Amino acid sequence: MARINLKDIAHSYMSAPEAEADWALKPLNHVWEDGGAYALLGPSGCGKTTLLNIISGLVTPSRGQVLFGEEDVTELPTAQRNIAQVFQFPVIYDTMTVYQNLAFPLRNRKVPEDRIRERVEDVAEMLELSDQLKQRAQRLTADAKQKISLGRGLVRADVAAILFDEPLTVIDPHLKWQLRRKLKQIHDRSGLTLIYVTHDQNEALTFADKVAVMNDGRVLQMGTPQELFEAPQHTFVGFFIGSPGMNFLPCGFEAGAATIEGARLPLKAELAEKAAAAAGELKLGIRPEFLSLARENGESRLEVAVRAVEDLGNFKIVSTELRGRTVKVKVPEDQEVPAETAFLDFPADFTRLYADDQLIG
Amino acid sequence: MEKWEDNRAWFMVLPVFVIVAFSAIIPLMTVVNYSVQDIFGPGEAYFVGTEWFAEMLSNTRLHDALLRQFLFSGLVLLIEIPLGVMIALAMPAQGWRVSLCLVLLALPLLIPWNVIGTIWIIFTRPDIGLMGVSLNALGLEFDHTAAPLDAWVTVMLMEVWHWTPLVALLAYAGLRAIPDAYYQAARIDGASAWAVFRYIQLPKMRGVLTIAVLLRFMDSFLIYAEPFVLTGGGPGNSTTFLSIYLVKLSTAMDLGPAAAFSIIYFLIVLLFCWLFYQALQNVGTGDKS
Repeated sequence: MARINLKDIAHSYMSAPEAEADWALKPLNHVWEDGGAYALLGPSGCGKTTLLNIISGLVTPSRGQVLFGEEDVTELPTAQRNIAQVFQFPVIYDTMTVYQNLAFPLRNRKVPEDRIRERVEDVAEMLELSDQLKQRAQRLTADAKQKISLGRGLVRADVAAILFDEPLTVIDPHLKWQLRRKLKQIHDRSGLTLIYVTHDQNEALTFADKVAVMNDGRVLQMGTPQELFEAPQHTFVGFFIGSPGMNFLPCGFEAGAATIEGARLPLKAELAEKAAAAAGELKLGIRPEFLSLARENGESRLEVAVRAVEDLGNFKIVSTELRGRTVKVKVPEDQEVPAETAFLDFPADFTRLYADDQLIG
Repeated sequence: MEKWEDNRAWFMVLPVFVIVAFSAIIPLMTVVNYSVQDIFGPGEAYFVGTEWFAEMLSNTRLHDALLRQFLFSGLVLLIEIPLGVMIALAMPAQGWRVSLCLVLLALPLLIPWNVIGTIWIIFTRPDIGLMGVSLNALGLEFDHTAAPLDAWVTVMLMEVWHWTPLVALLAYAGLRAIPDAYYQAARIDGASAWAVFRYIQLPKMRGVLTIAVLLRFMDSFLIYAEPFVLTGGGPGNSTTFLSIYLVKLSTAMDLGPAAAFSIIYFLIVLLFCWLFYQALQNVGTGDKS
């Protein structure tokens, strides 16, 4: 058990990377505390699998150090790190039974046979595979196979962290939540560090205590689901998390108010101060959930034209137009939506400002 | 009238039926026809029932040829399958060397079969052949036209050289189809190179190796051109395999016995292919703990 510390890690799959784009993983520092449940969230190709493989040792980083506790494991081969990994497609050894599959990592490490039996039976019990121990692994369903892959990590007594690389991709939707709950249980019971890579925000937000959002080889923000939702550090985080994503409106700043295409929106005093000091391109960001539609004008309200209403059953998504910019608003199912003109209410506590895509307040 | 429209579909099947008839059914039935008759000339055929079959089954020269054939095919499988798998394992996984290896491997497969025989005649000649001269220079008496063992060694070498590449290519295709995650999982599980081979690569190659075994068994069991050109079945009868013997029979105008023999031959190949197929489908799939 140890915390995992990535120091100045960067990776490129090219032998002589030059341009910024040659790096699959831009330089980053990151600490994974012992016993945490983490998720790495990002679109395909953002470098999250590379980061995971660096931790497990399948990829040796071009630069930087990987520390487990105080020990430098950067050059240590995968088998000698106390890490297990579960892959997107279930990896099972076809010719073996479930028992043999689970025992395989221990047998390779020359653990005595009676100790193996004990561990395998424990893990099988935890994963509800006890009845299938004597069956051939090849004949099982995808979710059972994925449990076996996970079990091969759990049987090793020395494992400090289990890494998951989109493990639920091939699992039927109705079994996904079962397996995810199983993972939660295992995490609570075992106290292992779990790092879970996914591009599905629901999966990440329900599984993890802390989520790292990645894009284009960078970790943009690491925080609790609530932090990611309420105060995205980067416009990408705001856009990627939430459905629909955060609204971003290019704006200017003038005498204590943000100006959106000429419309003035007064800001909180402290936000106005930061906006005055900020350099770079300003954007105003607000979640559709925090906006509301009103019929009368007022303080911190802007006039918009209602363009479309999507009814999603328990709520509605209203697309409005604010001087040529689209702004989406999430309104309760029972609320009447004005037919043409309405006023958008921007609550001061949830209105964010971004300079060059970075949160300033 | 509606029925008529449906029946027209049969015309679509007709070309296939004609092709199959001319390529398989009619020749096979002709052989069956010959195998149950004694034919002296046009219009002079007598039905003899299973007489030719009985005669062939008690023919000791045929027994010898059959034993030789099994020995040959057995050795071919024992040498070519492991060797082909080893070559495939040793081949690079990517880069320009892959193309080079594939071309080199494919070369023997592109040469016409009777030319192969000729190449090896020249190669093993004690007076001008590279192999023959080298072996004799080392003090080894080597002459495949005189010594039965030398003839066997030469035929086996030629066969292995000619056909191992096919096994290697099939095995290589099987290896490349294994997803990377399997190797990564094996590394995390601490598996040795042998364990990776035994529990990942070999099981994943089951399909292609089944095809390789069937192809190599059928081809080697029916082998004719290469040993016929190289040794003509000699010295003596030492390399007279089944099809060489069969051709000797039928060119001697013993069409009845030759036809009966052909049918027996066909049934043997069919039986063994079925056995191999069943065995390879089931190997390593029995429940055990």
